[in-house]
Amino acid sequence: MGNRVVITGLGVVSPNGIGVTDFLKAIQNGVSGIKFVPEYEDLKFNCQVAGHPEFEWEQLRNYISETSLYGLKGKGIAYGIKAALDAWMDAGNEIVSEETLWETGCVFGSSVADTDVIKTAITRVDAKESKKLGSRVVEQIMNSGITAYISGRLGLGNKIINNSAACATGTQAIFMGYEYIKYGMAKRMVVGSSEFVDRYVFGGFDSMRVLSRKFNDEPERASRPMSMSAGGFVPGSGAGAFVLEDLDYALNRGATIYAEVLGGSTNSGGQRNGGSMTAPSSAGVVRCIQDAMNDAKINPAAIDLVSGHLTATIADKLEIQNWVEALKRKGDNFPLVNSLKSMVGHCLSAAGSIEAVAAVLQIKHNFAHANLNLEDPNPEILELIGANNLPVTKVDRVINVVAKANFGFGDVNSCLIISKYAN
Amino acid sequence: MDRTAILSELKKVLSPYTENKEQLNGITEDTDLIKDLKINSANLVDIIIDAESQYNIEIDFDAAEKMYNVGNCIDVISEKLNKTA
Repeated sequence: MGNRVVITGLGVVSPNGIGVTDFLKAIQNGVSGIKFVPEYEDLKFNCQVAGHPEFEWEQLRNYISETSLYGLKGKGIAYGIKAALDAWMDAGNEIVSEETLWETGCVFGSSVADTDVIKTAITRVDAKESKKLGSRVVEQIMNSGITAYISGRLGLGNKIINNSAACATGTQAIFMGYEYIKYGMAKRMVVGSSEFVDRYVFGGFDSMRVLSRKFNDEPERASRPMSMSAGGFVPGSGAGAFVLEDLDYALNRGATIYAEVLGGSTNSGGQRNGGSMTAPSSAGVVRCIQDAMNDAKINPAAIDLVSGHLTATIADKLEIQNWVEALKRKGDNFPLVNSLKSMVGHCLSAAGSIEAVAAVLQIKHNFAHANLNLEDPNPEILELIGANNLPVTKVDRVINVVAKANFGFGDVNSCLIISKYAN
Repeated sequence: MDRTAILSELKKVLSPYTENKEQLNGITEDTDLIKDLKINSANLVDIIIDAESQYNIEIDFDAAEKMYNVGNCIDVISEKLNKTA
Protein backbone atom coordinates (compact mmCIF):
# COMPACT_ATOMS: atom_id res chain seq x y z
CA MET A 1 0.00 0.00 0.00
CA GLY A 2 2.08 2.90 1.22
CA ASN A 3 1.37 6.47 2.21
CA ARG A 4 -0.70 8.82 0.10
CA VAL A 5 1.27 11.65 -1.45
CA VAL A 6 -0.18 15.08 -2.10
CA ILE A 7 1.01 18.22 -3.83
CA THR A 8 0.98 21.26 -1.56
CA GLY A 9 3.17 23.77 -3.37
CA LEU A 10 3.99 24.76 -6.94
CA GLY A 11 6.69 26.93 -8.48
CA VAL A 12 7.41 27.61 -12.12
CA VAL A 13 9.81 29.56 -14.30
CA SER A 14 8.44 29.18 -17.81
CA PRO A 15 9.07 30.97 -21.12
CA ASN A 16 5.43 32.12 -21.05
CA GLY A 17 5.22 33.10 -17.40
CA ILE A 18 7.15 33.15 -14.15
CA GLY A 19 5.24 32.23 -11.00
CA VAL A 20 2.03 30.23 -10.75
CA THR A 21 -0.33 33.21 -11.26
CA ASP A 22 1.24 34.41 -14.50
CA PHE A 23 1.81 30.89 -15.79
CA LEU A 24 -1.82 29.95 -15.14
CA LYS A 25 -2.99 33.02 -17.03
CA ALA A 26 -0.66 32.20 -19.91
CA ILE A 27 -1.79 28.59 -20.32
CA GLN A 28 -5.45 29.58 -19.99
CA ASN A 29 -5.06 32.20 -22.70
CA GLY A 30 -2.75 30.21 -24.95
CA VAL A 31 0.17 32.61 -24.66
CA SER A 32 3.31 31.58 -26.52
CA GLY A 33 6.73 32.12 -24.97
CA ILE A 34 8.66 31.43 -28.18
CA LYS A 35 10.77 34.28 -29.52
CA PHE A 36 13.29 34.97 -32.26
CA VAL A 37 16.86 34.98 -30.91
CA PRO A 38 19.12 37.30 -32.98
CA GLU A 39 22.22 35.61 -31.56
CA TYR A 40 21.15 32.32 -33.16
CA GLU A 41 20.94 33.96 -36.59
CA ASP A 42 24.43 35.29 -36.04
CA LEU A 43 25.63 31.80 -35.08
CA LYS A 44 24.14 30.41 -38.32
CA PHE A 45 21.82 28.03 -36.50
CA ASN A 46 19.05 26.52 -38.61
CA CYS A 47 16.63 27.08 -35.75
CA GLN A 48 16.65 30.70 -34.58
CA VAL A 49 13.78 30.66 -32.12
CA ALA A 50 13.61 29.53 -28.51
CA GLY A 51 11.64 29.76 -25.31
CA HIS A 52 13.51 31.72 -22.64
CA PRO A 53 11.86 32.86 -19.40
CA GLU A 54 11.92 36.58 -18.74
CA PHE A 55 14.18 36.03 -15.80
CA GLU A 56 16.28 38.70 -14.17
CA TRP A 57 18.83 38.12 -11.44
CA GLU A 58 17.05 40.71 -9.34
CA GLN A 59 14.19 38.19 -8.94
CA LEU A 60 16.45 36.12 -6.68
CA ARG A 61 17.22 39.09 -4.42
CA ASN A 62 15.13 37.89 -1.48
CA TYR A 63 15.56 34.20 -2.22
CA ILE A 64 19.20 33.60 -1.38
CA SER A 65 21.68 35.60 0.62
CA GLU A 66 23.32 38.58 -1.04
CA THR A 67 26.74 36.96 -0.78
CA SER A 68 25.43 33.80 -2.42
CA LEU A 69 23.73 35.75 -5.22
CA TYR A 70 26.99 37.62 -5.86
CA GLY A 71 29.00 35.31 -8.06
CA LEU A 72 26.07 33.09 -9.07
CA LYS A 73 26.19 32.87 -12.87
CA GLY A 74 24.51 29.55 -13.70
CA LYS A 75 21.03 30.24 -15.04
CA GLY A 76 19.84 26.65 -14.74
CA ILE A 77 20.62 26.83 -11.03
CA ALA A 78 18.97 30.24 -10.78
CA TYR A 79 15.73 29.04 -12.41
CA GLY A 80 15.70 26.01 -10.14
CA ILE A 81 16.19 28.08 -6.97
CA LYS A 82 13.38 30.42 -7.98
CA ALA A 83 10.92 27.62 -8.78
CA ALA A 84 11.80 25.49 -5.75
CA LEU A 85 11.64 28.33 -3.23
CA ASP A 86 8.39 29.61 -4.77
CA ALA A 87 6.94 26.11 -4.33
CA TRP A 88 8.20 26.04 -0.75
CA MET A 89 6.52 29.35 0.09
CA ASP A 90 3.40 28.41 -1.89
CA ALA A 91 3.12 25.41 0.44
CA GLY A 92 2.94 27.86 3.33
CA ASN A 93 6.48 27.44 4.62
CA GLU A 94 9.01 29.97 5.85
CA ILE A 95 11.96 30.31 3.52
CA VAL A 96 14.56 29.87 6.24
CA SER A 97 14.66 27.27 8.94
CA GLU A 98 17.23 27.45 11.71
CA GLU A 99 17.22 23.70 12.19
CA THR A 100 17.95 20.90 9.72
CA LEU A 101 14.68 19.44 8.42
CA TRP A 102 15.48 15.74 8.65
CA GLU A 103 12.12 14.60 7.30
CA THR A 104 12.33 16.74 4.16
CA GLY A 105 14.47 15.94 1.11
CA CYS A 106 14.99 17.09 -2.43
CA VAL A 107 15.13 15.45 -5.86
CA PHE A 108 15.88 18.08 -8.44
CA GLY A 109 17.04 17.20 -11.93
CA SER A 110 19.13 18.73 -14.68
CA SER A 111 20.95 17.59 -17.79
CA VAL A 112 23.92 19.81 -18.44
CA ALA A 113 25.62 22.02 -15.91
CA ASP A 114 25.65 25.59 -17.16
CA THR A 115 28.14 25.65 -20.03
CA ASP A 116 28.56 29.42 -19.77
CA VAL A 117 30.15 28.82 -16.38
CA ILE A 118 32.15 25.90 -17.77
CA LYS A 119 33.30 28.13 -20.62
CA THR A 120 34.66 30.69 -18.17
CA ALA A 121 36.63 27.93 -16.48
CA ILE A 122 37.95 26.61 -19.80
CA THR A 123 38.98 30.07 -20.99
CA ARG A 124 40.76 30.96 -17.75
CA VAL A 125 42.55 27.65 -17.39
CA ASP A 126 43.69 27.62 -21.01
CA ALA A 127 45.02 31.14 -20.55
CA LYS A 128 47.04 29.81 -17.59
CA GLU A 129 44.95 31.92 -15.20
CA SER A 130 43.33 29.16 -13.14
CA LYS A 131 44.35 31.16 -10.08
CA LYS A 132 41.67 33.72 -10.95
CA LEU A 133 38.76 31.27 -11.10
CA GLY A 134 37.77 31.79 -7.48
CA SER A 135 35.64 29.71 -5.17
CA ARG A 136 32.33 29.77 -7.01
CA VAL A 137 33.05 27.75 -10.15
CA VAL A 138 32.98 24.19 -8.84
CA GLU A 139 29.63 24.51 -7.09
CA GLN A 140 28.07 25.75 -10.33
CA ILE A 141 29.55 23.23 -12.73
CA MET A 142 28.77 20.20 -10.60
CA ASN A 143 25.47 18.64 -11.65
CA SER A 144 24.33 18.63 -8.05
CA GLY A 145 24.82 22.40 -7.85
CA ILE A 146 21.09 22.86 -8.13
CA THR A 147 20.23 20.51 -5.25
CA ALA A 148 23.08 21.95 -3.18
CA TYR A 149 21.69 25.46 -3.47
CA ILE A 150 18.07 24.48 -2.79
CA SER A 151 18.71 22.13 0.11
CA GLY A 152 21.24 24.49 1.65
CA ARG A 153 18.87 27.42 1.58
CA LEU A 154 15.98 25.44 3.05
CA GLY A 155 18.02 23.32 5.46
CA LEU A 156 16.80 20.02 4.03
CA GLY A 157 18.25 16.94 5.68
CA ASN A 158 16.65 13.92 4.02
CA LYS A 159 17.71 12.46 0.64
CA ILE A 160 19.25 15.11 -1.59
CA ILE A 161 19.49 13.78 -5.13
CA ASN A 162 20.23 15.34 -8.50
CA ASN A 163 18.65 13.07 -11.09
CA SER A 164 19.28 13.10 -14.81
CA ALA A 165 17.26 11.25 -17.44
CA ALA A 166 17.37 13.60 -20.43
CA CYS A 167 13.85 14.77 -21.34
CA ALA A 168 12.30 12.42 -18.77
CA THR A 169 14.20 14.11 -15.93
CA GLY A 170 11.37 16.27 -14.56
CA THR A 171 8.70 13.60 -14.34
CA GLN A 172 11.29 11.20 -12.97
CA ALA A 173 12.24 13.63 -10.18
CA ILE A 174 8.61 13.95 -9.13
CA PHE A 175 8.17 10.19 -9.26
CA MET A 176 11.27 9.60 -7.12
CA GLY A 177 10.08 12.07 -4.49
CA TYR A 178 6.65 10.43 -4.53
CA GLU A 179 8.19 7.00 -3.94
CA TYR A 180 10.28 8.15 -0.98
CA ILE A 181 7.18 9.51 0.75
CA LYS A 182 4.98 6.60 -0.27
CA TYR A 183 7.41 4.10 1.26
CA GLY A 184 7.91 6.12 4.41
CA MET A 185 11.47 7.30 3.78
CA ALA A 186 10.56 10.98 3.92
CA LYS A 187 7.61 13.12 4.98
CA ARG A 188 8.16 15.88 2.45
CA MET A 189 10.14 16.22 -0.76
CA VAL A 190 10.96 19.30 -2.80
CA VAL A 191 11.07 17.97 -6.36
CA GLY A 192 11.41 19.30 -9.86
CA SER A 193 13.94 20.10 -12.53
CA SER A 194 15.55 22.93 -14.41
CA GLU A 195 17.19 23.58 -17.73
CA PHE A 196 19.11 26.42 -19.28
CA VAL A 197 19.64 25.82 -22.96
CA ASP A 198 22.73 27.80 -23.83
CA ARG A 199 24.18 28.14 -27.33
CA TYR A 200 26.36 25.05 -27.05
CA VAL A 201 23.61 22.62 -26.12
CA PHE A 202 21.35 24.34 -28.65
CA GLY A 203 24.02 23.91 -31.34
CA GLY A 204 24.22 20.19 -30.63
CA PHE A 205 20.51 19.72 -31.20
CA ASP A 206 20.57 22.04 -34.21
CA SER A 207 23.23 19.88 -35.82
CA MET A 208 21.05 16.78 -35.33
CA ARG A 209 18.43 18.48 -37.56
CA VAL A 210 15.70 17.83 -35.02
CA LEU A 211 14.81 21.50 -34.46
CA SER A 212 12.14 23.65 -36.09
CA ARG A 213 13.68 25.77 -38.86
CA LYS A 214 10.84 26.96 -41.10
CA PHE A 215 9.23 29.47 -38.77
CA ASN A 216 12.14 31.67 -37.76
CA ASP A 217 10.22 34.73 -38.93
CA GLU A 218 7.04 33.64 -37.11
CA PRO A 219 8.38 32.44 -33.75
CA GLU A 220 4.98 31.86 -32.13
CA ARG A 221 4.10 29.41 -34.89
CA ALA A 222 7.35 27.49 -34.66
CA SER A 223 6.35 24.86 -32.08
CA ARG A 224 3.67 22.72 -33.75
CA PRO A 225 3.16 19.39 -31.97
CA MET A 226 0.97 16.86 -33.79
CA SER A 227 0.60 19.01 -36.90
CA MET A 228 1.40 18.02 -40.49
CA SER A 229 3.77 20.97 -40.70
CA ALA A 230 5.63 20.03 -37.50
CA GLY A 231 9.25 20.21 -38.51
CA GLY A 232 11.14 19.72 -35.29
CA PHE A 233 11.07 21.01 -31.75
CA VAL A 234 11.87 24.43 -30.33
CA PRO A 235 14.27 24.34 -27.37
CA GLY A 236 13.13 26.04 -24.21
CA SER A 237 14.52 26.85 -20.76
CA GLY A 238 13.02 27.12 -17.31
CA ALA A 239 12.16 25.15 -14.21
CA GLY A 240 9.21 23.59 -12.45
CA ALA A 241 8.97 22.59 -8.80
CA PHE A 242 6.64 20.87 -6.36
CA VAL A 243 6.37 20.33 -2.66
CA LEU A 244 5.18 16.76 -2.18
CA GLU A 245 3.92 15.71 1.23
CA ASP A 246 2.74 12.69 3.07
CA LEU A 247 -1.04 13.20 3.25
CA ASP A 248 -1.27 12.96 7.06
CA TYR A 249 1.65 15.34 7.48
CA ALA A 250 -0.06 17.84 5.17
CA LEU A 251 -3.43 17.49 6.93
CA ASN A 252 -1.85 17.89 10.35
CA ARG A 253 -0.31 21.19 9.45
CA GLY A 254 -3.47 22.36 7.66
CA ALA A 255 -1.81 22.64 4.27
CA THR A 256 -3.73 23.54 1.13
CA ILE A 257 -3.75 20.53 -1.17
CA TYR A 258 -3.57 21.08 -4.92
CA ALA A 259 -3.82 17.47 -6.05
CA GLU A 260 -2.64 13.95 -5.31
CA VAL A 261 0.08 11.94 -7.00
CA LEU A 262 -1.73 8.64 -7.41
CA GLY A 263 1.15 6.77 -8.96
CA GLY A 264 3.85 6.63 -11.55
CA SER A 265 6.59 4.71 -13.19
CA THR A 266 10.01 5.19 -14.70
CA ASN A 267 11.66 2.62 -16.93
CA SER A 268 13.58 2.04 -20.13
CA GLY A 269 12.97 0.12 -23.32
CA GLY A 270 16.57 -1.04 -23.04
CA GLN A 271 17.33 0.39 -26.50
CA ARG A 272 15.91 -2.81 -28.02
CA ASN A 273 12.96 -3.50 -30.32
CA GLY A 274 13.06 -0.17 -32.10
CA GLY A 275 14.39 1.71 -29.10
CA SER A 276 17.76 3.43 -29.53
CA MET A 277 19.84 6.23 -28.08
CA THR A 278 17.44 8.75 -29.60
CA ALA A 279 14.18 6.84 -30.16
CA PRO A 280 11.90 5.27 -27.58
CA SER A 281 10.93 1.65 -27.87
CA SER A 282 7.14 1.35 -28.01
CA ALA A 283 7.22 -1.65 -25.69
CA GLY A 284 9.02 0.41 -23.05
CA VAL A 285 6.66 3.37 -23.35
CA VAL A 286 3.51 1.24 -23.22
CA ARG A 287 4.82 -0.67 -20.22
CA CYS A 288 5.75 2.58 -18.44
CA ILE A 289 2.26 4.05 -18.87
CA GLN A 290 0.58 0.79 -17.81
CA ASP A 291 2.87 0.40 -14.80
CA ALA A 292 1.96 3.95 -13.77
CA MET A 293 -1.76 3.14 -13.97
CA ASN A 294 -1.22 -0.06 -11.99
CA ASP A 295 0.74 1.82 -9.35
CA ALA A 296 -2.08 4.38 -9.18
CA LYS A 297 -4.68 1.58 -9.11
CA ILE A 298 -6.78 3.24 -11.77
CA ASN A 299 -8.52 2.02 -14.85
CA PRO A 300 -7.53 3.74 -18.13
CA ALA A 301 -11.14 4.93 -18.41
CA ALA A 302 -10.51 7.24 -15.45
CA ILE A 303 -8.03 9.38 -17.39
CA ASP A 304 -9.49 12.71 -18.49
CA LEU A 305 -6.41 14.30 -20.00
CA VAL A 306 -3.16 13.07 -21.49
CA SER A 307 -0.38 15.59 -21.10
CA GLY A 308 1.93 14.19 -23.74
CA HIS A 309 5.61 14.45 -24.43
CA LEU A 310 4.69 15.47 -28.02
CA THR A 311 7.65 17.57 -29.09
CA ALA A 312 6.62 18.37 -32.71
CA THR A 313 8.71 15.80 -34.53
CA ILE A 314 7.76 12.71 -36.53
CA ALA A 315 7.75 10.85 -33.20
CA ASP A 316 4.43 12.50 -32.21
CA LYS A 317 2.41 9.99 -34.24
CA LEU A 318 4.27 7.06 -32.72
CA GLU A 319 3.70 8.49 -29.25
CA ILE A 320 -0.06 8.75 -29.81
CA GLN A 321 -0.03 5.18 -31.08
CA ASN A 322 1.73 4.10 -27.88
CA TRP A 323 -0.83 5.92 -25.72
CA VAL A 324 -3.67 4.24 -27.66
CA GLU A 325 -2.12 0.85 -27.05
CA ALA A 326 -1.36 1.55 -23.37
CA LEU A 327 -4.82 2.92 -22.55
CA LYS A 328 -6.73 0.59 -24.90
CA ARG A 329 -8.81 3.62 -25.87
CA LYS A 330 -9.10 5.20 -29.30
CA GLY A 331 -11.16 7.53 -31.47
CA ASP A 332 -13.66 9.66 -29.59
CA ASN A 333 -13.23 7.41 -26.56
CA PHE A 334 -9.65 8.67 -26.16
CA PRO A 335 -9.03 11.31 -23.46
CA LEU A 336 -8.23 14.94 -24.30
CA VAL A 337 -4.62 15.40 -25.36
CA ASN A 338 -2.48 18.49 -25.16
CA SER A 339 1.14 19.50 -25.40
CA LEU A 340 2.42 22.47 -23.46
CA LYS A 341 5.37 22.49 -25.86
CA SER A 342 3.15 24.29 -28.38
CA MET A 343 3.44 27.32 -26.07
CA VAL A 344 6.85 27.06 -24.42
CA GLY A 345 8.86 24.72 -26.64
CA HIS A 346 10.68 21.70 -25.36
CA CYS A 347 12.32 22.59 -22.06
CA LEU A 348 14.33 19.31 -22.08
CA SER A 349 15.15 18.43 -18.45
CA ALA A 350 12.64 20.98 -17.24
CA ALA A 351 9.89 19.84 -19.63
CA GLY A 352 8.41 17.26 -17.28
CA SER A 353 8.26 19.48 -14.23
CA ILE A 354 6.87 22.56 -16.04
CA GLU A 355 4.31 20.39 -17.85
CA ALA A 356 3.39 18.69 -14.58
CA VAL A 357 2.77 22.11 -13.00
CA ALA A 358 0.45 22.80 -15.95
CA ALA A 359 -1.24 19.44 -15.37
CA VAL A 360 -1.91 20.23 -11.71
CA LEU A 361 -3.31 23.67 -12.60
CA GLN A 362 -5.64 22.10 -15.17
CA ILE A 363 -6.90 19.70 -12.50
CA LYS A 364 -7.34 22.48 -9.96
CA HIS A 365 -9.04 24.92 -12.34
CA ASN A 366 -10.92 22.37 -14.47
CA PHE A 367 -9.74 23.06 -17.99
CA ALA A 368 -7.58 21.61 -20.74
CA HIS A 369 -5.28 24.17 -22.29
CA ALA A 370 -5.16 24.67 -26.04
CA ASN A 371 -2.73 23.09 -28.46
CA LEU A 372 -1.36 26.11 -30.30
CA ASN A 373 -0.57 25.88 -34.00
CA LEU A 374 -2.65 22.80 -34.60
CA GLU A 375 -4.25 24.20 -37.78
CA ASP A 376 -3.24 21.12 -39.75
CA PRO A 377 -3.36 18.07 -37.48
CA ASN A 378 -1.49 15.05 -38.76
CA PRO A 379 -4.16 12.84 -40.45
CA GLU A 380 -2.53 9.71 -39.08
CA ILE A 381 -3.04 11.07 -35.56
CA LEU A 382 -6.66 11.95 -36.37
CA GLU A 383 -7.17 8.39 -37.56
CA LEU A 384 -6.10 7.15 -34.15
CA ILE A 385 -7.88 9.52 -31.77
CA GLY A 386 -10.12 11.83 -33.82
CA ALA A 387 -10.14 15.62 -33.82
CA ASN A 388 -12.47 16.11 -30.84
CA ASN A 389 -9.77 15.21 -28.35
CA LEU A 390 -7.27 17.75 -29.63
CA PRO A 391 -8.38 21.11 -28.23
CA VAL A 392 -7.23 24.13 -30.23
CA THR A 393 -8.85 26.49 -27.76
CA LYS A 394 -9.18 26.12 -24.00
CA VAL A 395 -11.76 23.52 -23.01
CA ASP A 396 -13.58 24.04 -19.71
CA ARG A 397 -14.28 20.63 -18.30
CA VAL A 398 -13.87 18.85 -15.00
CA ILE A 399 -10.44 17.26 -15.06
CA ASN A 400 -10.08 14.62 -12.39
CA VAL A 401 -7.13 12.59 -13.59
CA VAL A 402 -4.16 13.50 -15.80
CA ALA A 403 -1.59 11.11 -17.20
CA LYS A 404 1.67 12.98 -17.70
CA ALA A 405 4.57 11.32 -19.48
CA ASN A 406 7.96 12.23 -20.90
CA PHE A 407 10.45 10.20 -22.92
CA GLY A 408 14.15 10.90 -23.19
CA PHE A 409 17.36 10.09 -25.03
CA GLY A 410 18.75 6.79 -23.87
CA ASP A 411 15.25 5.27 -24.24
CA VAL A 412 14.18 6.34 -20.74
CA ASN A 413 10.53 6.94 -19.85
CA SER A 414 8.63 8.43 -16.94
CA CYS A 415 4.90 8.65 -16.36
CA LEU A 416 2.85 10.17 -13.55
CA ILE A 417 -0.82 9.79 -12.70
CA ILE A 418 -2.05 12.94 -10.94
CA SER A 419 -5.59 13.36 -9.66
CA LYS A 420 -7.85 15.68 -7.73
CA TYR A 421 -7.49 15.12 -4.03
CA ALA A 422 -10.54 13.59 -2.35
CA ASN A 423 -10.59 12.10 1.15
CA MET B 1 48.97 54.44 0.06
CA ASP B 2 48.79 54.57 3.88
CA ARG B 3 47.05 52.06 6.11
CA THR B 4 43.87 54.14 6.45
CA ALA B 5 43.55 54.44 2.71
CA ILE B 6 44.10 50.70 2.25
CA LEU B 7 41.50 49.97 4.94
CA SER B 8 38.87 52.09 3.24
CA GLU B 9 39.60 50.43 -0.13
CA LEU B 10 39.50 47.04 1.58
CA LYS B 11 35.92 47.67 2.70
CA LYS B 12 34.88 47.74 -0.95
CA VAL B 13 36.70 44.50 -1.63
CA LEU B 14 35.09 42.75 1.35
CA SER B 15 31.60 44.13 0.78
CA PRO B 16 30.20 41.46 -1.62
CA TYR B 17 31.26 38.69 0.75
CA THR B 18 29.62 39.76 4.00
CA GLU B 19 25.95 40.15 4.88
CA ASN B 20 26.91 42.26 7.85
CA LYS B 21 27.29 45.69 6.20
CA GLU B 22 27.03 47.63 9.46
CA GLN B 23 29.90 45.72 10.99
CA LEU B 24 31.83 46.21 7.75
CA ASN B 25 31.52 49.98 8.04
CA GLY B 26 33.01 49.89 11.51
CA ILE B 27 35.92 47.51 10.87
CA THR B 28 39.22 48.04 12.59
CA GLU B 29 42.56 46.33 12.16
CA ASP B 30 41.43 43.73 14.72
CA THR B 31 38.30 42.68 12.83
CA ASP B 32 38.41 38.97 11.99
CA LEU B 33 37.09 38.18 8.50
CA ILE B 34 35.51 34.86 9.42
CA LYS B 35 34.53 35.34 13.07
CA ASP B 36 33.38 38.97 12.96
CA LEU B 37 32.30 39.53 9.36
CA LYS B 38 30.97 35.94 9.04
CA ILE B 39 32.66 35.53 5.68
CA ASN B 40 32.55 31.98 4.33
CA SER B 41 36.11 30.64 4.52
CA ALA B 42 35.88 29.47 0.88
CA ASN B 43 35.38 33.11 -0.13
CA LEU B 44 38.81 34.11 1.20
CA VAL B 45 40.27 33.07 -2.16
CA ASP B 46 37.77 35.36 -3.93
CA ILE B 47 38.80 38.23 -1.66
CA ILE B 48 42.44 37.63 -2.51
CA ILE B 49 41.66 37.54 -6.26
CA ASP B 50 39.66 40.77 -5.95
CA ALA B 51 42.38 42.42 -3.86
CA GLU B 52 44.99 41.47 -6.46
CA SER B 53 43.05 43.24 -9.16
CA GLN B 54 42.02 46.18 -6.94
CA TYR B 55 45.63 46.97 -5.92
CA ASN B 56 47.30 45.56 -9.01
CA ILE B 57 49.51 43.27 -6.96
CA GLU B 58 50.19 39.55 -6.74
CA ILE B 59 49.53 37.74 -3.49
CA ASP B 60 51.28 34.39 -3.19
CA PHE B 61 49.99 31.41 -1.24
CA ASP B 62 52.14 32.05 1.80
CA ALA B 63 51.05 35.67 2.07
CA ALA B 64 47.41 34.72 1.46
CA GLU B 65 47.44 32.38 4.46
CA LYS B 66 48.15 35.34 6.73
CA MET B 67 45.09 37.27 5.59
CA TYR B 68 42.54 36.30 8.23
CA ASN B 69 41.98 39.65 9.87
CA VAL B 70 41.86 43.20 8.57
CA GLY B 71 45.26 44.16 10.03
CA ASN B 72 46.96 41.14 8.36
CA CYS B 73 45.30 42.01 5.07
CA ILE B 74 46.65 45.55 5.27
CA ASP B 75 50.13 44.23 6.18
CA VAL B 76 50.22 41.98 3.13
CA ILE B 77 48.73 44.55 0.75
CA SER B 78 51.00 47.38 1.85
CA GLU B 79 54.05 45.13 1.68
CA LYS B 80 53.19 44.08 -1.88
CA LEU B 81 52.35 47.66 -2.85
CA ASN B 82 55.75 48.85 -1.60
CA LYS B 83 57.42 46.06 -3.57
CA THR B 84 55.79 47.10 -6.82
CA ALA B 85 56.40 50.77 -6.11
